Amino acid sequence: MMLAGLNIVPALPETFLLCAVSVLLMLDLFLKENSRAILLGGSLLSLIVTALIVLNVGESGVIYTFHHMYVLDPLATAMKLAAIATVFVIFVYGTQYVTDRGMFKSEYYALMLFALMGICVLVSANNFLSMYVGLELLSLSSYALVALERDSVKSTEAGMKYFVLGALASGMLLYGISMVYGGTKSLDVNEVATIIGSGAANMVLVKIGLVFIVAGLAFKLGAVPFHMWVPDVYHGAPTAVTMFVSSAPKLAAFVFVSRVLGQALPALHGEWQQMLMVLAVLSIAIGNITAIAQTNLKRMFAYSAISHMGFVILGVMVNSQAGYAASAFYVITYMLMTLGGFGLILLLTKAGFEGDQLSDLKGLAQRSPLFGGVLLLVMFSMAGIPSTVGFISKFSVLSAVLAGGNVALAVIVVLLSVIGAFYYLRIVKLAYFDAPESTAELSTDKGMKFALVVNGLFILALGILPQSLLDYCQQVVLASFAS
Amino acid sequence: MSFQDIVFIVFAAILLVSGFRVVTSKNPVHAALFLVLAFVSASALWLLIEAEFLGIGLVLIYVGAVMVLFLFVVMMLNIDIELLRKGFWKSLPLAAVVAAIMVSELILLIKVRGADVKPANDVMHSASNSHALGKLLYSDFIYPFEIAAVILLVALVAAVGLTFRKRKDSKYVDPGKQAKVMRADRLKVLRVQSEKFLEQPQPNADTPAE
Repeated sequence: MMLAGLNIVPALPETFLLCAVSVLLMLDLFLKENSRAILLGGSLLSLIVTALIVLNVGESGVIYTFHHMYVLDPLATAMKLAAIATVFVIFVYGTQYVTDRGMFKSEYYALMLFALMGICVLVSANNFLSMYVGLELLSLSSYALVALERDSVKSTEAGMKYFVLGALASGMLLYGISMVYGGTKSLDVNEVATIIGSGAANMVLVKIGLVFIVAGLAFKLGAVPFHMWVPDVYHGAPTAVTMFVSSAPKLAAFVFVSRVLGQALPALHGEWQQMLMVLAVLSIAIGNITAIAQTNLKRMFAYSAISHMGFVILGVMVNSQAGYAASAFYVITYMLMTLGGFGLILLLTKAGFEGDQLSDLKGLAQRSPLFGGVLLLVMFSMAGIPSTVGFISKFSVLSAVLAGGNVALAVIVVLLSVIGAFYYLRIVKLAYFDAPESTAELSTDKGMKFALVVNGLFILALGILPQSLLDYCQQVVLASFAS
Repeated sequence: MSFQDIVFIVFAAILLVSGFRVVTSKNPVHAALFLVLAFVSASALWLLIEAEFLGIGLVLIYVGAVMVLFLFVVMMLNIDIELLRKGFWKSLPLAAVVAAIMVSELILLIKVRGADVKPANDVMHSASNSHALGKLLYSDFIYPFEIAAVILLVALVAAVGLTFRKRKDSKYVDPGKQAKVMRADRLKVLRVQSEKFLEQPQPNADTPAE
């Protein structure tokens, strides 16, 4: 029997997560209104157990299972851990918010965990088919999450936009994948690479497919010129969901891009490097310049996310071990920054009041010196100022670009980052040198406040002592990209 | 002429006639029912070339689910058939051109490629194709298959999450709560003083006089 040799141990984290979500959904039916806290506890507990399972099944080598559909390599393990930690933090930050907005129900937690499962499937996929189903699992859950605040017109509109444009991008991606399948007669990542390497593939078809795949991927990453959905979705979605959309899926998108381009189609690097270069430079430029004009913090972070994704693409573009490692480091540390940024918005938000305007930040340092400090760290890190982790991540991507011999590109990117520093520093100015407009108390959620301070300290600590995480990323990439 | 040819001709004739009636029948419910008949005869044709999975799928999915839903919609909406047929003669020339192009394409395709098309049962005549498909789905493709099932579950959760809400105008009352009600919860005895008879109030001066 074919199933006898099936090794499902590597896929245990996903399996456990699925069981846990099902149990939570069932449990919700029997819970009274006032004992919903069990949902939060259950979700956090299942995240911790999933992380422990990931740690235990992870090995230093590469394991394939499910007929090469599933791969467990150090890159997948690292990204799964990062995604689980991110979702954990989002649950902690968002509790007060979802309670105030009437979203504290099992759907929020279930969809969030389903999306996490999609991320896990996506980072462990070794076949275009399993990549696609993982991506759809992630996207469909995200569409529903964005529209979850049903009585808000903005949220519904954002969900609709996200859904329509996301479906379009999925279609493009699928079309590209079908072209690659037509050209190589395989969907397996390693086999596609071998067939292209042996010269047996129909290269015209594969190249047309590559164009569509890159367009689909760029949409999912939110890179210019496929970025139109990003500001609207970030702005319209409930802040707790925006925090999710802006963080964990980027980890999956990075792995997706590097597996498709770096592992399946490395032979075409001449073609895709040019496309990625255009995407990266445009993203950093338009993201940073448009962000200056924003008065809404969520929209500003959306444009900032576009420019950060430009850096991630830049690292992949170099197509070297150092480049992938730099991008992995960048995307992991970006989680810390985006969580911190949206955490600060949640700190200012109360029932019936969204603290998402620039003016809401005025005088934050006077209202609370502690969180003024956290804001300082997050903004300095996003701008890439030394002693915060944002500097190290930008530095490692740029040094990989320089090692790839592209000096002009590095200079352009540095100049564009300087433009970006303006709007981050403007926020610091608002928080430190302007008089506060309101003296209302900040959020009273103690767990969230504690986590936010820890988040800020991590940004500082990794900025001063980045070596261990840098080494870890290098090892991960070295073990996963054998070529 | 073999038995198979006779069966083919019978079902193909039914298919053509019912397809024609879908377009020409005046009653939309009749049209939908003729479409069902067309699907059933098409699935018989699939069975004839031993593509039984497609045949079963056509009946189960299209006839069983899609068309029943469609019939409900057609019956619920009051469709004015005259309004739909209004532009018939105006758009006939365009429709005729499109139809002519399609027919000529089909003829070309059959003439050019027809020579090397082999009957389907030559390709896979040993194993039944639903067996083969099932085997692949539950072995090589078990992983994406299971994830697809999870996606359906997500769709279910999302649909409930986005649409289900407690109705504010619901008249439902909990029988348990009803039984527990005490007199004191509902009834308040007021002691009303008997008062003097007041004079009839004067008609309001503010009301506009006609």
